[in-house]
Amino acid sequence: METTLDITLIWVVIIAVGVIAYVLMDGFDLGVGILFPFAPGETSRDVMMNSVAPVWDGNETWLILGGAGLLAAFPLVYAVFLPALYIGVFLMLAGLIFRGVAFEFRFKAHRSRGLWNAAFAIGSAVAAFAQGAVVGAYIQGFEMDGFSFAGGPLDWLTPFTVLTGIGLLAGYALLGATWLILKTEGETQAFAYRVTPWMLGIVLLVFGAVSLITPLIDPKVMERWMGTWQYLWVLPALALFSAWVLIRAVRRRDEGIPFVATIFLFISTYLGLLVSKWPYVVPPDYTFWDAASSPDAQLFTLMGALFVIPIVLGYTAWTYWVFRGKVTPESGYH
Amino acid sequence: MELDPILLSRIQFAFVVSFHAIFPVFTIGLASFIAFLEFRAWKTGDAIYTQISKFWIKIFAVVFGMGVVSGLVMSFQFGTNWSAFSYATANFLGPVLSYEVLTAFFLEAAFLGVLLFGRDRVPQGVHLFSALMVALGTFISSFWILVANSWMQTPAGYELQEGIFHVTSWIAAMFNPSFWPRFFHMGLASLLTAGFVVAGVSAWYLLRQREVELNRKALGVTLWVLLFAAPAQLVVGDIHGLNTFEHQPTKVAAMEGVWETERGAPLLLFAIPDAANETNHFEIGLPKMASLILTHELDGEVPGLLEVPAEERPPVGITFWAFRIMIGIGLVMIGFALVGGWLRFRRRLFDSPRFLKGLSWMIPAPFLAVVAGWFVTEVGRAPWLVYGVMDHAQGITPALTGGMALFTLIGYVVVYAAVFTAGVYYLVRIVRQGPEPADAMHAPAHAKRPLSAADTSIDDAAISGERS
Repeated sequence: METTLDITLIWVVIIAVGVIAYVLMDGFDLGVGILFPFAPGETSRDVMMNSVAPVWDGNETWLILGGAGLLAAFPLVYAVFLPALYIGVFLMLAGLIFRGVAFEFRFKAHRSRGLWNAAFAIGSAVAAFAQGAVVGAYIQGFEMDGFSFAGGPLDWLTPFTVLTGIGLLAGYALLGATWLILKTEGETQAFAYRVTPWMLGIVLLVFGAVSLITPLIDPKVMERWMGTWQYLWVLPALALFSAWVLIRAVRRRDEGIPFVATIFLFISTYLGLLVSKWPYVVPPDYTFWDAASSPDAQLFTLMGALFVIPIVLGYTAWTYWVFRGKVTPESGYH
Repeated sequence: MELDPILLSRIQFAFVVSFHAIFPVFTIGLASFIAFLEFRAWKTGDAIYTQISKFWIKIFAVVFGMGVVSGLVMSFQFGTNWSAFSYATANFLGPVLSYEVLTAFFLEAAFLGVLLFGRDRVPQGVHLFSALMVALGTFISSFWILVANSWMQTPAGYELQEGIFHVTSWIAAMFNPSFWPRFFHMGLASLLTAGFVVAGVSAWYLLRQREVELNRKALGVTLWVLLFAAPAQLVVGDIHGLNTFEHQPTKVAAMEGVWETERGAPLLLFAIPDAANETNHFEIGLPKMASLILTHELDGEVPGLLEVPAEERPPVGITFWAFRIMIGIGLVMIGFALVGGWLRFRRRLFDSPRFLKGLSWMIPAPFLAVVAGWFVTEVGRAPWLVYGVMDHAQGITPALTGGMALFTLIGYVVVYAAVFTAGVYYLVRIVRQGPEPADAMHAPAHAKRPLSAADTSIDDAAISGERS
C-alpha cells in the first residue's frame, strides 16, 4: 500500500507539470495563431510564424504523450474527460490539425496563402477555446454513474465554460503577444506591445469572475479558501503582482520581462486552481488515487517515462537555445 | 431511423485508423530502405546512393508528418468513443500505448532531426547511425501497437477483478499467442508497401527517361527486396492464418464463408454471403482446398459460423471480401516480383515499357492490401473488443448518443479529406519535381520539423523570381 501511494504521487507530479508545460509551450504558439488576423501585414505574419516555426510541433507532441500517459496512469480521468467533452475534444483536434497543416503549407504556398492564413488563425482559436472549456468543465465537475460519465453531450458548454474558454483564448493571446515582444522587432513588436494590455485586461476580468463563481459552484472550494488554508491567498496575490509587473514592463518597453511575467501569471493561477480542487481530479467525488491504474501498470510506464522524458526535455531545451534571438523578416527559418 | 452509437463509433474508428495506418506502414518500410541506401553510400562511397536517399528522405518527411497528425486523433479515440473499454483495459493497454508514444518521441528527439537535416553537419558515420536508429525505432513503434492489437485478438496474462483487467504476467500478455505471426506479417507488409512505391515511382521516371542511372539503381535494388518479400509474405500469411484458425475459428469461418461445419471444405473464389439466411449465393470454389490449406488434410474439418450464436458472428460479407482483396493483390504482387526476377535474369529489366508501366500502376496496391488485411482481422474480431471477453456493447462510452457519434464521424471525414488531399497533392508535386542533381547546392534548412525537410512549393509561384 505504501508503494502505491508513492508511485501515484509521482504520477500526479508528472501529469501536473506536464499539463502546465504544455499550456505554456503550446499556449504561446497557439496565441500567435490567435493574433494572426490582427497582424499589421503579410511581412509581419511571416515573422510571427517564423518565431514559432522551429518549436511548435515539439510543443504539440506533449499533448499526445498526455493522452497516452493519462490512460496509463489515471484511466478514470481519460475515461471521463474524453466522453464528457466529446464534441469539444473533436473541435480541439480538428483545430490543431488544420493549424498544423496550415503551418507547413503556408511556407510552401504562394497564391493560396490567404487560405492557409485563415486555417491557421481559426484552428488556433478553436483549439484554445476548447481547452479553456475543459478547464471550466473540470471546475464544474461531472455527472457520474459509478465510474462512468452519465451527463449530456453539451454539459461542457455552459455560460461558465464559455467564460473560461474566452479566458484561455485571451490568455494564450497574451502569451503569444509577450512572446512576440521577446522575439521580434519593428512593426511586429509594436503591434505586440499594443495588444498586450488589452489581452491582460480580458484575462484579469475572466480571472476575477471565475474566482468569484468557483466557490459558489463548489462548496469545497469555498471552505478551502475561507477556512484554515489562509496562506493560499499568496497565489492570487502573486498573480496580481505578475500582472502589475507585466504592465510596468510594457510601459517601459522591456522585451524579456513581459513574457516571464505572463508565465508567472499562468503558473500562479494554475496552482490556485490545483489547490482549490485538490485532491479531486474527477470532481466532485474522485481523487487522483481513485483514478489511478494498478501499481504495476504505473510502475512499468514510469520506467519508460523517466528514461525518455529527460532526453526529450534536453532536446527541447537545445532547440530553444539554437533558435534564440530575434526573428527578422530576413531570417527565414523555413 | 434510430442512430446506433456503436455502429457509428465502429465506422468512425475504422475510418480514422485506416487513414492513419497507411502512413506508418509506408514509413516503416521506407526507413529501412533509406538506412540501406545510407549504408551502401557509406560502404562504397558511391554518390548515387546518397542522391537516391536524399530524394526519398523528402518523401519520408512528409509522410511521417502526416502520420503524426493523424496519430494525434488516434490517441484520443479510445477515450471518446470506447471509454468503458479504455477504463477496463487501461492497466495493460495504457502502458503499452504509452511506450509506443515514448518510442516515437525518443526517435524524433534523438535521431530524426539528424537524419533529415544533419547530412552536412555531422560525420557520415553518425548520419548513418541515425538512419539505422530511425529504421529500428519505426519497428519498435509497430511492435508496441501490434502488442496491443494482438492482445485484443488473443488476450493472455490477465485476470478480471470487478470488470477491470489486471496483468498477471507482462510477458504472457505482451507475447500473446497471435503476436509473432502478426508482427512478421505486418513487417513484411511494410517492406512490400515501401518496395512497391519506390519501384513504381522509379519506373514512372524511367518511362520518362528522367535521371535514368539513379532510378535504375533504385528499381534494381527494390526488386531484389520484392523478390524475397512477396513470396515470403505468402508463407508468413499462411502461418498467421493457421494461428487465427487455432485461436479465432469463427473469424476464419467468416473469411472462408463456411456456414455449416464441414469436412473437405472448398476454397471459395466467389460467393455472396447471406447472413440473414445463413448461406452463400453464387458459390464458385475449388473442392477441398480450404480444408487442405487450413488443416493440411483434404478432408480436414473446418468449423462453420453456425457453431456460435448469430450475435457472436462477425459481418461475414466484409470479412469474406476483404480477405479476397488482400489475397488477390498479394498474388499480383508475387507475379510482379517474379516477372522482375525473370527480366533481370534475361538482362532486360529496364527494357520492358509494359512492365515499368505496370509497376507504376501498382503504387496504390499495397496500401489497399494492407487496409483490406486490417479489415479482415478487425471486422472478423466482431462482436468482440477483447476476444471472447468484452464485446462492443460493453466497451462503448455509456453516455455516447448516436447524434454525437454521427457529428464527429462526418467531422473527421471532412477534416481528413481536406488534409489528405493537400498531403497527396504535395507528394505528387515532390515526385514531379524529381530528385536533385548530384551537384545541387543545398539550401540550409534550420527548422527541425519533418515537413520542412521538403522544400517543394505547394502551388505555382505568383511572383516571378521567387524560389519554388
